[in-house]
Amino acid sequence: MDLSNINPALLIAALMVASVPILLAAIGEMVVEKAGVLNLGVEGMMIMGAVCGFAVALTTGSPVIGFVGAALGGAALSLVFAVLTQVFLTNQVATGLALTLFGLGLSSLVGQGYQGLKPPPTAKLDLGPLADLPFLGQAVFSHDWIVYFSLLVTVAVWAFLKFTRAGLVLRAVGENHDAAHALGYKITLIRTAAIAFGGACAGMGGAYISLVRVPQWVDGMTAGAGWIALAIVVFGSWRAGYVLLGAYLFGGVTVLQLNLQVAGLAIPVEYLSMSPYVITICVLVAISATRSSTSLAAPGSLGRIFHASR
Amino acid sequence: MGAVLGETLLELTGLTKAYPGVVANDDVSFDIGRGEIHALLGENGAGKSTLVKMIYGLVRPDAGQMVLNGAAFAPAEPRAARAAGVAMVFQHFSLFDALSVAENIAVGMEHPPKPRDLAARITDVSNAYGLPLDPGRLVGDLSAGERQRVEIIRCLLQDPKLLIMDEPTSVLTPGEVDTLFATLRKLRSEGTSILYISHKLEEIRALCETATILRGGKKVATCDPREQSARDLAEMMVGSALKPAQAQPGDLGDVVLAVNALSLPPQSAFGTALKDVSFAVHAGEVLGIGGVAGNGQDELLACLSGEVTTPLGTMTMDGMDFSTMSPNTRRGLGVLAAPEERLGHAAAPDMSLTENALLSGMVREGLQQRGVLNWGKARSFAEAIIAKFDVRTPGPNSAARSLSGGNLQKFVIGREILQSPRVLVVNQPTWGVDAAAAAAIRQALLDLAAGGAAVVVISQDLDELREVATRFGALNGGRLSAVRDMAGLSIDDIGLMLGGADAAA
Repeated sequence: MDLSNINPALLIAALMVASVPILLAAIGEMVVEKAGVLNLGVEGMMIMGAVCGFAVALTTGSPVIGFVGAALGGAALSLVFAVLTQVFLTNQVATGLALTLFGLGLSSLVGQGYQGLKPPPTAKLDLGPLADLPFLGQAVFSHDWIVYFSLLVTVAVWAFLKFTRAGLVLRAVGENHDAAHALGYKITLIRTAAIAFGGACAGMGGAYISLVRVPQWVDGMTAGAGWIALAIVVFGSWRAGYVLLGAYLFGGVTVLQLNLQVAGLAIPVEYLSMSPYVITICVLVAISATRSSTSLAAPGSLGRIFHASR
Repeated sequence: MGAVLGETLLELTGLTKAYPGVVANDDVSFDIGRGEIHALLGENGAGKSTLVKMIYGLVRPDAGQMVLNGAAFAPAEPRAARAAGVAMVFQHFSLFDALSVAENIAVGMEHPPKPRDLAARITDVSNAYGLPLDPGRLVGDLSAGERQRVEIIRCLLQDPKLLIMDEPTSVLTPGEVDTLFATLRKLRSEGTSILYISHKLEEIRALCETATILRGGKKVATCDPREQSARDLAEMMVGSALKPAQAQPGDLGDVVLAVNALSLPPQSAFGTALKDVSFAVHAGEVLGIGGVAGNGQDELLACLSGEVTTPLGTMTMDGMDFSTMSPNTRRGLGVLAAPEERLGHAAAPDMSLTENALLSGMVREGLQQRGVLNWGKARSFAEAIIAKFDVRTPGPNSAARSLSGGNLQKFVIGREILQSPRVLVVNQPTWGVDAAAAAAIRQALLDLAAGGAAVVVISQDLDELREVATRFGALNGGRLSAVRDMAGLSIDDIGLMLGGADAAA
């Protein structure tokens, strides 16, 4: 076993890249759940984003327009969920599961003609002197724009929920929809907007896999990332900071265990492969176990159907 | 602005609202004066809520006009009503547990100031009106009285001309009620009008100068409640003579229910621990247990009903230990309970009355044989409850949710009483129930005791306990005070017991 081959700067760099899809999907889902909606279709929206982003980028030749297409594709699929759960008041759990299956099938159909093709490359952002810093330059300042974009979205969501009136209203809707309705807020509209935002984020997360990480189109290539994103939202107690931590932890352990496999650590590969899931959940549970329970509780109306009967 | 100031703030003319099958308000007209505390009285289903919802913009009237400050007033939504100066404190609090006090208030305002300014204003207003409140605390951690303060301050920050209060005192301690009344009188002296909904008649006589009484959706009278007796007001509400519950003096029998050194750790993050609770109830006796909400009432009921089992030796009936038995085994023995929360705890909201009757009556009424349900018998049992306790509903197939609060409460209590229990424990038996139904429920409890059962009534309504209880104990922080004879207790004694003052004695 030779651990000297593991370069910490490269490890951090790889961790940031590996975490992007999960971080984007999880932060979007967090907003959805903060509005009181449980959308289990994250996996389906990610894979739709992956195929839409791939197709658009290939057609236009621009990866940026590809990501826009991915966001639109994910949001479009999420609006199916919004119509079903908000207008026809279907059960959110069943609808979300169906959305995942539907997304996997539809993406496979759409992606028929794209297998084996290469998308236009996403260039690394030139950050000038920052990229020349020792260690940090290689670890943090030598990524493509979407890595920084995902961090920006995380900070923006945190600030939106904490400091803005619209964010307060969104949290209120998720906490007690009857009371929010009595105050005159439009529950269905706010929730639909949140669902669409979650879909767009998941779609971009999926596109990062097909346009940057792999980069090509393969059926079912999100491979469960959407479910990990869902778990991170719950174990991260619906807080942007913990969600970021969870996503980076998961990405970090994933990268580390790959490195360890290469280095020939004398642990069966299966244990290393399962370690990201186990470690991420253990750490997030340990963090939330030490805090008071009210501030970490699920939104009060999460998953409940709102019907304006009165 | 000064020129239009008249005597009348809000004028209601011919307000009518019909729902399928029922006319909730039929041609209701009355005026609310400026700086007046106006009581709105009526039984459950008399149309008070609908009327208030029309004023607050939640429901649109089918016919009739409202004139506010000399201008036509037809709010399409609560936002418009708030903009016109109408604010409302809801009966069931419309607060958000996971948000702080300041956030809760900001979410209900049209144009909230900056968070720091808002916190300062909350502190100012809460101190000015004697309702101290910390703007940074999470609402989920507040007591019922403090939560109501949040609602009131939310309204006051918008300088309302008319403040609507729906059953504001039902969750308050006597001391908190006094504070609230002082606040309301101060508001009145500043020219704010208050529409005060309650069915606690003594409160209305103490606070209000005008009262409008509704019955069956129609206005019965507008009068000065200070010139009427509580009895007269109640009879106007009900439309017939009312007889208060009367205890049949009888001899106390042997001890039926004995609770011995019962302790229970808190069951949830916000739960209360029970500490060394001991009492005994004789046959033919009603034990009243008072206390402010959240001092262990729910936990005590859970122990007695069997939702939580306790160590051997803590609870006996006729000398037989039932501490570790499940709820259905206890029902078989004759230990029955009716918890406080009607929808979701005492009754399953979306199930029919027949199904609800079956859920609790299965064991004692023999509604099942070898696991197969006897629907015919269950239906007759439900029909018997409906007939005996005057539950107003289309029939036993109606969902529990569709009944008004008072009617469902009559059903829930009736269901237990008709199973002829040996021990009956009820929590808040008349919460949110109108005067006539409350009197009927209390009478039924007294009759049950007179028949030789041991009855435990847990309630926050002291007037109710004074009416039904033979002996009285108070829960404070999970401890039960010494149990004393009700007859010898003054209101001051009770207040001290509620405060835990006699715990040492």
